[in-house]
Parts: sequence; C-alpha cells; structure tokens
Amino acid sequence: MSFSETANPRGSVADRLRDALPKLVLSPTVAIVAVFVYGFIAFTFYLSFTDSRILPSFGWVGWTNFENLFRIRAWDTAVSNLAVFGLLYISICCALGLLLAILLDQKIRAEGFIRTIYLYPMALSFIVTGVAWKWFLDPGIGLEAVVQGWGWESFRFNWIKDREFAIYTIVIAAVWQTSGFVMAMFLAGLRGIDSEMLKAAQIDGASTFSLYRRIVIPQLRPAFMSAFVVLAHMAIKSYDLVIALTGGGPGTATELPATFMYSYTFSRNQMGIGAASAVIMLMTIAAIIVPYLWSELREKK
Amino acid sequence: MSTAPNSTTFDPAQSGNADSQKRTWLHAVKPARIILYLLLGLFSIYYLLPLYVMVTNSLKPLSEITAGGMMALPQEWTIAPWLSAWSSAQIGVDATGLRPYFINSIVMVVPAVALSTIIGALNGYVLTKWTFRGATVLFGLLLFGCFIPFQMVLIPMARMLGLMGLAGTVPGLIFVHLVYGIGFSTLYFRNYYAAFPTELVRAAQIDGAGFFRIFYRILLPSSGPIAVVCIIWQFTNIWNDFLFGASFSDFDSQPMTVALNNLVQSSHGVKEYNVHFAGAIMAALPTLFVYIVAGRYFVRGLMAGSVKG
Repeated sequence: MSFSETANPRGSVADRLRDALPKLVLSPTVAIVAVFVYGFIAFTFYLSFTDSRILPSFGWVGWTNFENLFRIRAWDTAVSNLAVFGLLYISICCALGLLLAILLDQKIRAEGFIRTIYLYPMALSFIVTGVAWKWFLDPGIGLEAVVQGWGWESFRFNWIKDREFAIYTIVIAAVWQTSGFVMAMFLAGLRGIDSEMLKAAQIDGASTFSLYRRIVIPQLRPAFMSAFVVLAHMAIKSYDLVIALTGGGPGTATELPATFMYSYTFSRNQMGIGAASAVIMLMTIAAIIVPYLWSELREKK
Repeated sequence: MSTAPNSTTFDPAQSGNADSQKRTWLHAVKPARIILYLLLGLFSIYYLLPLYVMVTNSLKPLSEITAGGMMALPQEWTIAPWLSAWSSAQIGVDATGLRPYFINSIVMVVPAVALSTIIGALNGYVLTKWTFRGATVLFGLLLFGCFIPFQMVLIPMARMLGLMGLAGTVPGLIFVHLVYGIGFSTLYFRNYYAAFPTELVRAAQIDGAGFFRIFYRILLPSSGPIAVVCIIWQFTNIWNDFLFGASFSDFDSQPMTVALNNLVQSSHGVKEYNVHFAGAIMAALPTLFVYIVAGRYFVRGLMAGSVKG
C-alpha cells in the first residue's frame, strides 16, 4: 500500500528524500517513545535491582528490593487497600453507570441536560474533587456537623478520620467522579442494540426485567470490557485523589501503591524499593491493558 | 436492576397489544414514569451536591461554615474568599494567592496542547495514508505508552530534566506533557484519518502534490472536529495533571493543581474553608467552561480514548 513503492525508483537525492519524508516526520515520535517510554521503563526496571537510595546508583543487589518490598507493612497495606478500593470502585461504577444508562434510555425529556449533569465531574481535576469531598466529609464542618445542627444530635459520619473506614471515602469520591463516564459508555452500548429484536421479544411477552437480563445486558459485554479496563487502570494509577482527600491517612490507612511509590522514592530515600513498587504497578497494568490493546488492534485489520 | 422502573417503551402491560403501543406510551403518564424522573432527579442532586457546596461556601464568611452552615445558602454574601484565594492567600512560603500558579498553568497548557496536537495530526496522517510494514505494531507500542503508570518514568525523567537544564521549570513541564501527550493525540487523528478516503490522497499524488501539500490541502480542511476533540482532551488532561506538576516543579513553577493542594493542606493558621472552595472552583473553571461549551466533543474524546483502543 505504500506510496513510496509506486514512485519511480530513479534514485536521485531529492526523490529519495521525498520517499523518506513520511518516515522522517514520524521519526521524532518514534525516538521520543523509544527513549521516554521504553528507555525509561528499562531504566526504572534496572534501578529496581540496584542499591539506589537518594539518587540512582548502579550497585546490583538482585531481588533484594522486591524481597524487602514484600516485607514492608506499608506496602502490604497499600496492596490490600488497592484490592478493596479497586473492587468497590469498579463494581459500584459499573452498577451505577448501568443503572443510570438504563434510566436515561427510556426516552427521557431533557436527556442531554441530565447527561451533562451526570458527566461534568469527569472534567474536573481529582484535586478539586478531593478538596470538595474532603471538607464535605469532614466531621467538624461537613455532613456530620450539618446533620447534627439540624437536630439529629447522635448522627455520626466520621469515616474520613477513621482508620477502618477512610478507604471507603476514597471510593465515594472516585465513584462520584467517574460513574457518569461509565454511564456514557453503557448508554452508547445501549443505543447500538437492535430495537427490532427488543420489540420482537416484547411481543413474545417478555417482561421488562427479563428483557434486560436476557437480551440487553449480555449485548453490553464490549462496553463492560472497556469500562473494566479503563476503571482498573485508573484505580491502579490513583494518586491525586488520595493526596487531596486524605494524604494517605489517617496514618497509612489510605495508602495505595502509587502513593507508596512516591513517598519511598522521593521522601524516604529508598529509590530501589520505590522502583520495585513501580515495576509491580506496571506489570499489573500491563496484564490488563496488553490483551485489550492486542484484541482491539487485531480486530481492525 | 430491580429498582429500574418499567420503561413505558418496554412495558409488559402493553406488549399484548402491539397496535396501540405507540399511542399509549406517548400519552401515558404512569407511576413508573414519575418514579423514573424522581430517580433521575435524585441522582442529579448527588452529582450537583459537591458543586453546590463549593459555590455557596466560597461566597460566605468563614464563621458561617464553622458554625455548621455548610449546606445553607450564605446569610451574608461576600466575594472576599475569592479575592483572597486569587491574590493574597498563603501558598507555600509566599502569600501570593493562586494567580501566579494559574498563569503557570496557562503558560504550560497552551504550547503543550498545540504541539502535541500538531504532532499527533502528522503522525495520524503518516500512519494511515503512508503506511508501512510494522505501522500497527508501532502504533500499539505508542498506545501502550498512554496507559503505563507514570510512576515508572518519574525517576529517569527527573534526571533527564536535570541534564537538559529544565528541572523545576515551566518549559520542563511543557516538555513532559508533550512527550506523554503524543500517544493520545496520535490515536485520535489516526482513527479519524483511517475513515478518510485514501483515493483522494492517491489522486492528489498522481497530480503531483507532495506529502505536506496533500496534508494541508486535503486532510487538514476536514480535520476540524477531531482537532477540537484532541485539543479538549489534551487541555483537560494537562490542566488537571497533578503527578508531573508535583514531581517536576519548583515553588515558582507550580501548576494550579499543585498550588491548590498546597493551599488546602497547609498546616499553619486557621483553615479558611471558604478560600479553599474558591480556589478549587478557580482550578476547575477552565476545564468546566470547556466542558459546558463543547461537551459533545469532550465526550467524544473520552469515548475514543477508551472504547476504541
């Protein structure tokens, strides 16, 4: 398909330059990606096997950093927090997104307007979201204080200050920010379903509930796949929201791998361990993203 | 899903009588319909609540908030928190307000968005109209770069910026955002140009038009929509970034998100919640404005960036 093949191979410098032009245009990008993505990945990979502390250093220590990493309690906390957060975040976003999409798909008046309301948090920075929810959930001035002021004196809602429950406040804020986006994905999926098929099933006497369960939801599988991939990779990369909402606290109650990596690398001067934790984050994301990209790019051929 | 009210469209009560179906669902105002709107309204409140809290509390004196009036409308309306957040609030060591950081963000965003969009357009053009062996693999590698956890590049990037003399500067941040923005901008233009008729390009080539001429005259004039999608996506992403800003900036080159976080987390003095909310709205306004003006393109960008890998 290449045009350079159809050009007359006369071999003069100008012709050759012209034939090479497309590749020349692409080459800065190729160089940038080779160095700043893959070169850097290789570099961090290498660092994870070295004795780097404050600065990168190149003394080989084998698997020591990984062994130490798995002995650190904070990493344990970060990983189990990610499991709790990720599971709740993905499942609540999917459930809520699907519910909202189905509700909005009922030939609603002002659908566009309502959709705009559901989706606007996606345009905000996680820092803004974090600030808003941080003070709204703060027991001293937020929800708890307000409800108590309304007369319900015994009302308690201090999750954000509670080691046991603080991780759920991250879920609340993260779901608020992204569920509208998941709704949009499902809505696009719903709009793609053949309405003739639904009508036929309806005439056959299927109830609304079984219509959705048997016909509609199974057809949304691609949308579920995309939602899962996007949400899972966002969960693993979650950093800003935790910093703004809880700063990882109280104590280490809301540390996630991303915040762990940052503090071990840049504040605790354990760069080798920080690099090792980044490698594990990359591996986890790659396990989700690579098969997805593979299938998407293959289909297109 | 049992809470989903029976839609009138699929209402089983009507299914026995297919003839009257159209008429009934147009005319019927049923309890199910009322519950449906009620639910949609409740969810609207959930999504709007934080915005309401931010706006109302940024317009009232601090004493009203600490007295337990977060959910109430201001008794005394004031723009003092806004003025303070903009020009006099304590951020880090200086009482400069958020203004210098807002300017930093703008200075950072404009070139990063412009350059990554232009490069993305050219890349998309090459990858679809001048394709070569291995183009798909190359594109896959490019795309994977969009999804990596950036923790993986923080350490070497910090060194690299130091070597380039860009550590702790706004140009350094522009560079970082450009580098990691190219993947998505290429994705948009590639998928868009893939649907563009290659015959037109070929015909122009036979007429003797060169590589750039074809791009300017044939592809660029019809690239408006995808350029808007790409610009909005890059703008939103780069404006909202926190990780790179926190890692690679100094006190005087911080972007807005980092400064806002410093304002809110600062531990000395009284916590001025109203000022924090005003600052948060300032950080949100540019992207919110774009979303409201061009929401359609924003959603398109989101979908293209995720559904179609």
